[in-house]
Amino acid sequence: MKDGDHKDGKAKDAEIHPTPMLDQLEDGPWPSFVTGLKRLRDAKGEQYAPMMNDLMGQLNHSYENRKGYWKGGVVSVFGYGGGIIPRYSEVAEKFPESKEFHTLRVMPPPGFHYTTEILRKLCDVWEEHGSGLIALHGQSGDIMLQGCTTENTQAAFDAINELGFDLGGAGPALRTAMSCVGAARCEHSCYDEGKAHRQIINAFLDEMHRPSLPYKFKFKFSGCGNDCVNAIHRADFAVIGTWRDDIKIDQEKVKEHVATAGRKYTIDTVVNMCPTRAISLNDDDTMEIDNASCVRCMHCINVMTKALSPGDDKGVSVMIGGKRSLKVGDMMGIMIKPFIKLETQEDFDDLEEFAETCIEFFADNALEHERVGETIDRIGLPAFLEAVGVEADPNMVNHPRTSSYVRTDDFDDEAAKWFERKARDAGMTVAGE
Amino acid sequence: MSNEKTTPRAADEVGVPDHHQYMHPVLEKNHGNWAYHDRPRAGVLRHVSKSGDEIFTVRAGTQRQMDVFTIRKLCDIGDEFADGHIRFTTRSNIEYMMSDEAKVQPLIDKLGEEGFPVGGTGASVTMISHTQGWLHCDIPGTDASGVVKGLMDMLHEEFIQEKMPNRVRITTSCCQINCGGQGDIAINVQYTKPPKINHDLVANVCERPAVVARCPVAAIRPAMVDGKPTLEVDEKKCVCCGACYPPCPPMQINGDDSTKIAIWVGGKHSNARSKPTFHKLAVANLPNNAPHWPEVNAVVKRIVKAYKKDAKHWERMGEWIERIGWNRFFEMTDLAFTKHHLDTWTGARKTMNQSAHIHF
Ligand code: HEM
Ligand code: SF4
Ligand code: SF4
Ligand code: SF4
Ligand code: SF4
Repeated sequence: MKDGDHKDGKAKDAEIHPTPMLDQLEDGPWPSFVTGLKRLRDAKGEQYAPMMNDLMGQLNHSYENRKGYWKGGVVSVFGYGGGIIPRYSEVAEKFPESKEFHTLRVMPPPGFHYTTEILRKLCDVWEEHGSGLIALHGQSGDIMLQGCTTENTQAAFDAINELGFDLGGAGPALRTAMSCVGAARCEHSCYDEGKAHRQIINAFLDEMHRPSLPYKFKFKFSGCGNDCVNAIHRADFAVIGTWRDDIKIDQEKVKEHVATAGRKYTIDTVVNMCPTRAISLNDDDTMEIDNASCVRCMHCINVMTKALSPGDDKGVSVMIGGKRSLKVGDMMGIMIKPFIKLETQEDFDDLEEFAETCIEFFADNALEHERVGETIDRIGLPAFLEAVGVEADPNMVNHPRTSSYVRTDDFDDEAAKWFERKARDAGMTVAGE
Repeated sequence: MSNEKTTPRAADEVGVPDHHQYMHPVLEKNHGNWAYHDRPRAGVLRHVSKSGDEIFTVRAGTQRQMDVFTIRKLCDIGDEFADGHIRFTTRSNIEYMMSDEAKVQPLIDKLGEEGFPVGGTGASVTMISHTQGWLHCDIPGTDASGVVKGLMDMLHEEFIQEKMPNRVRITTSCCQINCGGQGDIAINVQYTKPPKINHDLVANVCERPAVVARCPVAAIRPAMVDGKPTLEVDEKKCVCCGACYPPCPPMQINGDDSTKIAIWVGGKHSNARSKPTFHKLAVANLPNNAPHWPEVNAVVKRIVKAYKKDAKHWERMGEWIERIGWNRFFEMTDLAFTKHHLDTWTGARKTMNQSAHIHF
């Protein structure tokens, strides 16, 4: 076995549940979680060892019967309504030590940065109060401290709270958010993801800790259109970095790229793959980009990381309403704010204010167990835009409506508003102002 | 220990912790000031700042569900090579950052010795994003960590090298709620039988109107069984989604006879080139065979191979299929196209070919 040091040798064989199914998951080149579970089970004298023995027994039982045996319940810590996922075993008579095996959802630092020091402290807390099993990270971004008894939950939370960590979301509430590594190490980043992540989530903590929304509400922060944290499918409020001015081109580096990668390869993989045919390669191997056609998809920048980069006038797009299947089917966020400049503190405050408007709309208008994307579909996008104070914009659609079933008697008024807005954007004064 | 507490400790609502206190100093110094990156080899990134600073990142796969001993081992490695700073990716890979290039190879060797594969960058098959399964969820039809362990063993070669046309993101989910998310390949449990109802319990534990409202196809009705109020399901209508289970656990959805696995392809969240897409059904009804899921492994292998062989550089799986046509996709992967591939949900027409474009 390549697992290395078992802490203290094995517990007495007689006490150990056989795990013939799980044992088969210890071969192969990938690190095995089963080997890890066994290390916990065999950590002699540790309070969690018996719990992990029964946990493994139950898991093997699941493998044999192809059934899960956990049911939910209600567990929380003092002052909070959410953040703990309660788990009670349905086979506790066979595996009594793991009859309670709750998870603490803990919010990670943006970008998942840690010092080894803080991780070790988290491990110490979890050895003292929990099972010693930690998932880094759940798909919503949480550090998942898995396996705590009801009795130990409060003490475990107190200890991690003293380390500067807080519980995340569960139930009908604001959920834990996630952000990409972004500005910390990625040249594509168009804003300070970590700052936006912290400012927004921390502004609405009450909605996380004391669940009172119709259903879950998730934020995710990606620094560019590559969307490394999958905001578009899975966030009710997806914040994705972008820019308004021209892509930056270093023509010398373009030439170098063409010289190394080859002309044909460059044309095949960059020019021909631009979704809007915005790129052409000149005869002297410099590059021309028609920025008015560019949709900021990131492809050419991904391929030519040295030669091309996002423009200087940076900010974010906000897409609203992404979610998975239940119950009307999958949804992706709809482009609602094509651009919010995000540089100064004032810009960040504007984003927060818009987020607040959207959460309030959701709280007031969603039916029970309805995600905001479904609410928008139910009432129609125009009603949502009106509620959150956003004007219709061609960037919101693939194409204008095709159905003629609509009343258009105030079309002229709406058109007048559009022209006024355009005039205002162009710096002109509008009549009556 | 302490005396009995009279007042519980009030939580310090710190919220999201400040990441700057944990960030590697070179990242902190060059925050927002990076110029470009390249990849000296699979699993290694070199980022260069506008200030001229360089940082090397070595990425390695982990098992995600980790015991404290594994985490401490990863920390030891971080102390030895990476100044005590690490980070994780959204797909549970660990990353070590170093400003000294000389440390890269020794770190790779060390990770190798300790059994953590180095890779997952660029055009590789990176770690599978997954969910909880039998280990901890209350509705799972299968395990998550186990399926992923088996798949990553099989895909290990593609993790440690960058030989795919573009990156391949795989996800697994142990029920149709699909916490695992969208992927180039999504491997999801598909329940195939309506819930089995324990009528004795329904009246006591379920808020019946809420359960009725939860069903997406209105298949649930109030009923009386043995003089007790309960619920019944119109089995012809039921789409086996399991949505009734969370508000009503006596409506057991995850029976051992009803958990099959479906594989979906062509999902992508990046906006690069094509717009983001949802994944689409490739095959359903594969057996849920723990602990190695050989049938699932075999299909995934075929799909990955066909994509690797046929796609153009930078084409993601969905883009490749779009180009060659579904006809050829099913041919090349030796999978069947059935009536179940035709969407029947809201907006289904939008998924049909409303043109005379055909592939032969
Ligand atoms: C029985 C009720 C539910 C439980 C126990 C549950 C549990 C979880 C857990 C544990 C995760 C994190 C997964 C991981 O990484 O291990 C998660 C994420 C997620 N859940 Fe649920 N969930 C439930 C209901 C739902 C429902 C009804 C939906 C859909 C409407 C849903 C959608 C999601 C999605 C999309 C994610 C991924 C989140 C993200 O990355 O943003 N869940 N859920
Ligand atoms: S989303 Fe963009 S900015 Fe963020 S890590 Fe990915 S590529 Fe970099
Ligand atoms: S970012 Fe995308 S749309 Fe814009 S020029 Fe590059 S490839 Fe074309
Ligand atoms: S996919 Fe389903 S079974 Fe798996 S963790 Fe998510 S809710 Fe649980
Ligand atoms: S499984 Fe889904 S479709 Fe079937 S009865 Fe339950 S909620 Fe309705």
